[in-house]
Amino acid sequence: MLNPLFFCAMVVVLFPLAVGPERNSLLLSGPGVLWVAALLALLLSLNKLFLSDLEDGSLEQLLVSPQPLPLIVLGKTLAHWLTSGVPLVAVSPLLAISYQMPGNVIGTLMLTLLLGTVVLSLLGAIGAALTVGLHHPTALLSLLVLPLAMPVLILGANTVSLAAGDERYTPGLWALAAYAVAALSLAPFAAAAALRVTNE
Amino acid sequence: MKEKLLGIGVTVFRGDRCLFRDLSFALERGELLLLKGKNGSGKTSLLQAMAGLLPLEGGEISWAGKPITHEPQAFRGTFAWFGHRTGLKADLSPRENLRFDTCLRASKATGVDRVFARLGLERWGDLPVRLLSAGQQRRVALARLLLADVPLWLVDEPFTNLDRDGRQLVLDIVSEHIGAGGLCALAAHQDVSIRGTVRRLSLS
Repeated sequence: MLNPLFFCAMVVVLFPLAVGPERNSLLLSGPGVLWVAALLALLLSLNKLFLSDLEDGSLEQLLVSPQPLPLIVLGKTLAHWLTSGVPLVAVSPLLAISYQMPGNVIGTLMLTLLLGTVVLSLLGAIGAALTVGLHHPTALLSLLVLPLAMPVLILGANTVSLAAGDERYTPGLWALAAYAVAALSLAPFAAAAALRVTNE
Repeated sequence: MKEKLLGIGVTVFRGDRCLFRDLSFALERGELLLLKGKNGSGKTSLLQAMAGLLPLEGGEISWAGKPITHEPQAFRGTFAWFGHRTGLKADLSPRENLRFDTCLRASKATGVDRVFARLGLERWGDLPVRLLSAGQQRRVALARLLLADVPLWLVDEPFTNLDRDGRQLVLDIVSEHIGAGGLCALAAHQDVSIRGTVRRLSLS
């Protein structure tokens, strides 16, 4: 599987080359392209979350360990976020420059990505837990996770667009933050329950 | 209440297929429960049911007088699991793998060197697990049992990939464990001869 960061960077950098370097059209499409690329990159990396543990038997050991499974799931998801979400946020300013985004908009972009990637990793953990036993889980995982991820995409891309148009964008940030808190408190339990069911 | 694993009228399905129906067993301190049967007879499924990994279609399994589904997390702290797959991370060394495991079980990590010496792994403790042979990897998984410090061992096909010495080692370790008052449920194709009380359960 392609490295999510590499995938995202390729899509984002190739897009302006294809549509032309006109400043206004780039500013208009930039937030959307960046967000779609980030969403897909994370989604494609998620099917591996529990796969290696299933294959080498560590998942069994985790399931029979006396530690709370939701906490273990949260730990694994955090590790996924640190290795795929955070690097994406870190390079997003570089990618945003190719869309000629001004500095304050780049700040907003990073904030939305920071909150959004947390949500996507957590939602993805539920999907990965539900599909861990399947041979080709990516398609089903996308179908399961995409509907739940739509609000993140819409809120994230629109917040950045509003910031680029010098309009009030903070409500979008708050809504994303609220979604992140909800996912953080609920998703580990859902994913843990899903893991128990798929490993019966 | 005495530490005792008790199954009454246990019925387990895999999908639509009934693996066994109305199976009863008892395992007390100092005893080995040997699960015998052909491939696909449900040995592994029964062990999984004992570990609470598999829901029962009927009957009940209890530990120390309480159903294992009653306080599953507390029950999980009383047994160690040795499965088909070793549960070792190939990129980590045996020592790192076991350190992770002792953290997971909150058991003490002392005596790793002694256990490695016992299992013939002294020279391999710090190499990545991927460089070890299949039999050596099984030995590392055995070390998990020795370090776990729990009364109940659930052991599935421990003889796979092991040489003659390795198989004898498994028997020695198990008989020591039950000799010290532990309990062990072990699934195997062949009969095993061991010092101590052995109960046999044939699955067909």
